[in-house]
Amino acid sequence: MEGELAHIGAGLAAIGSGAAAIGVGHVAGNFLAGALRNPSAAAGQTATLFIGIAFAEALGIFSFLVALLLMFAV
Amino acid sequence: MADEATNGGGLSFKPMDQFEVKSLFGGEIGMFTITNVTLWLALAVLAVIGLMVLTTSKRETVPGRGQSIAELMYGFVYKMVEDVTGKDGIKYFPYIMTLFMFILCANFLGLIPMSFTTTSHIAVTAVLGFGVFFAVTILGFVKNGASFLSLFWVSSAPLPLRPILAVIEIISYFVRPVSHSIRLAGNMMAGHAVLKVFAGFAQVAAIAPVAIIGVMAIYGLEVLVSAIQAYVFTILTCVYLKDALHPHH
Repeated sequence: MEGELAHIGAGLAAIGSGAAAIGVGHVAGNFLAGALRNPSAAAGQTATLFIGIAFAEALGIFSFLVALLLMFAV
Repeated sequence: MADEATNGGGLSFKPMDQFEVKSLFGGEIGMFTITNVTLWLALAVLAVIGLMVLTTSKRETVPGRGQSIAELMYGFVYKMVEDVTGKDGIKYFPYIMTLFMFILCANFLGLIPMSFTTTSHIAVTAVLGFGVFFAVTILGFVKNGASFLSLFWVSSAPLPLRPILAVIEIISYFVRPVSHSIRLAGNMMAGHAVLKVFAGFAQVAAIAPVAIIGVMAIYGLEVLVSAIQAYVFTILTCVYLKDALHPHH
């Protein structure tokens, strides 16, 4: 019974990956929208883009980690 | 129950087996045992030396292939440090260059089939992440003295909000090394586990071609992720370094 609950929990934790996908898409999409309006300023902001993506992605990775812990460690 | 679920009903998926630490010459794994982690960490160091030292040792005026790669890498990281931390961050460029080259080579070596991805272990990335954290914190106190603490006191916010913001800033400061190291380890581990899961689908003859194309596509993505994660790790190091050098908001 406990193992089954852990699997359900792992599946629920995977929702976080989808949420992180929304976040990353939001960052990249808004960057593209801004870059198309002012292409000359885009090159200087790629570092900011990657930092933003990294921060959005980190929380998705945390949820993936929780899922892995539930599957293999609990 | 757990066995049945991981076997996937006839198919056997063992995506986590590739991350197992094994002793190379047998015997119990202790503090100083030579394991596959040791081997691939050493190979990563050798790859960095081969790329950066051997190719540039001749110092040709017109660079060859190897030397131009080394020069491009150097220029790329140098520009990144200069852009993010400013002129006074250039002093710490060697540390950041070392981090970038090491993580890049370790990530790429992990992509060789049957190899071992050292950066997928939190034990490895935590050393890198906490190393950056302690270096940056000590540097901040040495450079700014007690006024380094003004990093947590957001002077641009309204006064009643500042204590609350200070608590949030302190928490986010101490989560930094954790997220810094877990981001790299998690990305590498997730990507390699997905590769193995797709490879597992190739056991069924009917979907094997799709699975193999899938593995190829994910592999291409992984090459990209390896480079981007090395870049992200270094650029965040630069951001933290900038905070240490200029703590005032």
